[in-house]
Amino acid sequence: MIKQERMQVINQQEIAHCIFELTVQGALANEMAEPGQFVHIRVADSFEPLLRRPISVASIDLEASQFTMIYRAEGRGTGLLAEKKPGDTIDVLGPLGHGFPVEEAEKKAYLIGGGIGVPPLYELAKQLNARGIETVHILGFESKQAVFYEDKFRKLGETHIATVDGSHGTQGFVTHILNELPTDFDTYYSCGPTPMLEAVQWAYPQKKGFLSYEQRMGCGIGACFACVCRTTKSETDYIKVCSDGPVFPAGVVIS
Amino acid sequence: MSDLTVKLPGLNLKNPIIPASGCFGFGKEYAQLYDLSQLGAIMIKATTVETRLGNPTPRVAETASGMLNAIGLQNPGLEKVTEQELPWLEKYDVPIIANVAGTTTEDYVEVAKMISQAPNVHALEINISCPNVKQGGITFGTDPDVARELTRAVKEVSAVPVYIKLSPNVTNIVSIAKAVEEGGADGITMINTLLGMRMDTKTGRPIIANITGGLSGPAIKPVALRMVYEVSQHTKLPIIGMGGITNVDDVIDFLSAGASAVAVGTANFVNPFVCPEIIGQLPERLHELGFDSVEQLVGRSHRL
Repeated sequence: MIKQERMQVINQQEIAHCIFELTVQGALANEMAEPGQFVHIRVADSFEPLLRRPISVASIDLEASQFTMIYRAEGRGTGLLAEKKPGDTIDVLGPLGHGFPVEEAEKKAYLIGGGIGVPPLYELAKQLNARGIETVHILGFESKQAVFYEDKFRKLGETHIATVDGSHGTQGFVTHILNELPTDFDTYYSCGPTPMLEAVQWAYPQKKGFLSYEQRMGCGIGACFACVCRTTKSETDYIKVCSDGPVFPAGVVIS
Repeated sequence: MSDLTVKLPGLNLKNPIIPASGCFGFGKEYAQLYDLSQLGAIMIKATTVETRLGNPTPRVAETASGMLNAIGLQNPGLEKVTEQELPWLEKYDVPIIANVAGTTTEDYVEVAKMISQAPNVHALEINISCPNVKQGGITFGTDPDVARELTRAVKEVSAVPVYIKLSPNVTNIVSIAKAVEEGGADGITMINTLLGMRMDTKTGRPIIANITGGLSGPAIKPVALRMVYEVSQHTKLPIIGMGGITNVDDVIDFLSAGASAVAVGTANFVNPFVCPEIIGQLPERLHELGFDSVEQLVGRSHRL
């Protein structure tokens, strides 16, 4: 169920260049059901900035009523969020949207992420591992400075890193790694920039896949019709990234 | 206990708080969060004869204390709204104000005639002020003669009282208000959004795909208040005021300026519980200010 709560900041740290990891605590954490859902955060109590910021969830700890988010501080809103310290509270709305269906994987899954699309794949990998699914992680970043959670992913399964400038791992995009890997998996899950999602879909037209999309959002709950995408399912209607998604089966979103 | 009820043409409101059209869909999203029967009324998303896809994205952009939107009247069309959305809302004890939009007078008439017959639609809000569509919308709301004739045409077919939603994007809003009064309107809702733009500083391109969008949020409250104040002195029509309302004191201000009830728009996106929160705070705030009822507050600025 969607809740609004002033949650306690437990920890915040910069884990890569401009990439922040923020852990919060509160009853809302216990509503988290699927990896890939997001929360909508009000970064200031003033009217500036006015709108909430959609932030993805990297891991959930139901026992401690906590969850951890990872975001890139690049604008005014996320810049203010990066200033929050343990003991502060933040206004969180969530969990929102539909996440990755973990039950769809059978034996082996590829988890393909780019940049700030990587965080939700971490909770996904944990939940898939818990179900006995082997996970292979293919993660792309701008440069070595921007890489995060590499060791954490390695503990959960085979992990490949690509950087655009070649300063770490394979030089290029995740697709360069995918070209070299076997196709002995049954399901893929992906989150990242839209061109990357397109490339991943093209790479595996025969496989079962689930993709998490991004779009400029207003309300985050499906009421404002800001974050719409065309869909192969209807010529007369849009789908909303915030409430119908952000995760959709491959082939549904026309980007 | 303070009396929150408001009586307006077609509308017996439990309280003066109404979510504004375009900010509340057809209620389903907010119904997951609270009981919609608490609300004074609901202004549903603008309905046109045909299904409309609306504008390309990006459709919204944040601005200082506000936001721009250019959704472009995306809606499932008259048939789906009357067959699915309105019947779904019947389970709530709340009057519906149906927002009617179109490209031609005939479009408005067709939607008004049909949608006003739905059992839970107690009033119409005629959208002659949408700034985000190429045809219709605002073109009906910027010329007094056109606005008067459209009001007449809609009044002729509507089974319920008709409120006209005015645009602030005019030189003289009083002349438009007087024209719709002459055309037989039962009330006025105001204001719609103010036309605006935001640039991507790096590329020099407008951020909104439609180039311009409608500005809403706290940034526009002073403009809205001024317009409600002016219009309420020059027409006898009741006004449902809106523009940047985010808290209980904003509501008090609009009532003082001359509105009989208010609509809350953009604030729903910031705090989805804002409407029930304001309703809960209103009795105490009225008491603190020395009033027993909402009706005592209406237009008090004119009597000082």
